[in-house]
Amino acid sequence: MKLINPSSNAALQVRIDQQQGIPLRAEFRCAAGELLAVVGPSGGGKTTLLRMIAGLSTPQSGEIRCGEQIWYNEQQCLTPQQRHLGYVPQHFGLFPHLNAEANVMAALDHLPKAERRAQARDWLRRVNLDGFPERLPHQLSGGQKQRVALARALARNPQVLLLDEPFSAVDRGTRERLYVELAQLKAKLNIPVIMVTHDINEAVLLADRVVLISQGAMLQQGEPLAVMAKPHNELVARHMGLRNIFDARVVALESNEQLAWLQFGEQRIACENPGHLQLGMQLRWVIPNQGVRFNSISQGRLPRSFNKLQVTIESMLVMGDLVRIATSVAGVEHPLQAEVSLNLAQKLGFHEGMQTEVALKSDMIHLFRHRA
Amino acid sequence: MDWLSLWLSVKLAAVSVAILLPITLWLGRSLAYHQFYGKSWLEALIMVPLVLPPTVVGYYLLVGLGRESWIGALLEQYFDAQLVFHFSGLVIASIVINIPFAVQPIQRAFEAIPEEIRDAAACCGMSRWRILWRLELPLAWPGILTAIVLSFSHVLGEFGVVLMMGGAIEGETKTLSIAIYDSVQAFDFDGAGAMSLLLVLFAMVTLAITSAMSRRMLRRSA
Repeated sequence: MKLINPSSNAALQVRIDQQQGIPLRAEFRCAAGELLAVVGPSGGGKTTLLRMIAGLSTPQSGEIRCGEQIWYNEQQCLTPQQRHLGYVPQHFGLFPHLNAEANVMAALDHLPKAERRAQARDWLRRVNLDGFPERLPHQLSGGQKQRVALARALARNPQVLLLDEPFSAVDRGTRERLYVELAQLKAKLNIPVIMVTHDINEAVLLADRVVLISQGAMLQQGEPLAVMAKPHNELVARHMGLRNIFDARVVALESNEQLAWLQFGEQRIACENPGHLQLGMQLRWVIPNQGVRFNSISQGRLPRSFNKLQVTIESMLVMGDLVRIATSVAGVEHPLQAEVSLNLAQKLGFHEGMQTEVALKSDMIHLFRHRA
Repeated sequence: MDWLSLWLSVKLAAVSVAILLPITLWLGRSLAYHQFYGKSWLEALIMVPLVLPPTVVGYYLLVGLGRESWIGALLEQYFDAQLVFHFSGLVIASIVINIPFAVQPIQRAFEAIPEEIRDAAACCGMSRWRILWRLELPLAWPGILTAIVLSFSHVLGEFGVVLMMGGAIEGETKTLSIAIYDSVQAFDFDGAGAMSLLLVLFAMVTLAITSAMSRRMLRRSA
């Protein structure tokens, strides 16, 4: 099979439908210049999905195409070599007996021998790894290994870049630096970049769009903050790391203001009416952390769109410059949790057992159907 | 010292290993990377010579390759070749009995290469042959060397199966270990001692090399 010339700026389209073995169903598109994060718990099928895109394993049915070039469908399946992509495995997959430069050169077989070394050095420099070309992989730090793997993946001018948990094997400081580097690199590459991660914060930080996968099924896709604000169901909300998920009952509807009132324990809260609510309906609702406010009350300017709730601080956990606060609400079984800055917590004099008021932004309350 | 027997032993070991190596490389790599129906049975079959007495293997080879067997009859009819009581028969016997000694370390060495490395190589555009030559063989080399050393020294010291298959024909099938046995039978303890010492020294050197290699392999895969 002859490879057509790699067309840049081609979008990657993936549709996978696998019932037997490891079940996996997903359908998404990743445009050139876009970073798509495939997020989900371990063992949920993320790496399998990435391997299928790379051509390292074959789905039972579906279609994978990059621009006009079909990588996989029921009739044909291109090998990884023919797909012309860059792949950085979770533990980098560096060739242990070859030095950093030779690792990158291994991806440059298509060039004349004389050009390979210069190209490899150039790529190492572009990923900010200057000065270690002679080192063997075991002589490099986690971050340096990652850069070599990235240089090797990019050296072929791939049509698509695939990253499997790219930051899981490096220390925190390096990770922060690599975040910035990846964000800068993405802007220059102008190819689809697909990153698999179990860390939702990483996805929110770096990705243009997220695809949420759990137990082989695609739960939701969209912009990270949109998915965070409007999860389709409770499972999505939990995977997005949202902890404030509660039961409620619709007790009043204001048709002109498009507001609904929910009974929440012994208190009532207002939220936007999505249109399908009926009196007496049992619902679940969720609010992201940024919808829970303490400071607006202290400053005495509580707008109409905030719900004022009486709560008791049950526990406070200091985590760096943040405090994770769990509060109890009268008549509600589960605690309402929030993260505030340590500075604010000290300013407001928070302590365990303290009664205070908290504001829930009504437009950030998102409703979904009661669990079956 | 029976120099002719020593030379014959070395020749037998070299020829056997030269034929054994490509077979076991293919077999070991296939067992390491492919899942197929009946794999456990094949692995068991490969291991059988390891646990059976060499005389049993020798007996089956004698029966299976002798002039009365269909293989033996075919060989004699078309090639005028005989295996039993000939050097070629010893080579076949040595190969059969050494397959487990060679397959095991080779299979383990291929298995020890992380899947990610082979995946990354394929995504780098390297062809399957190139991956084999540039990655798999260099990375599996300590295991391959172990296989070569182990089977070479094992052929050098093999007694039971050689005796069953080849007897003790001077210059044709009388290997060093048979010569030691014959020397003892003839009360030539000095000759037997010298030859035994040679085999002991050789075994020690090869085993030291082998264990150093496996340590290196473990370090690298860690």
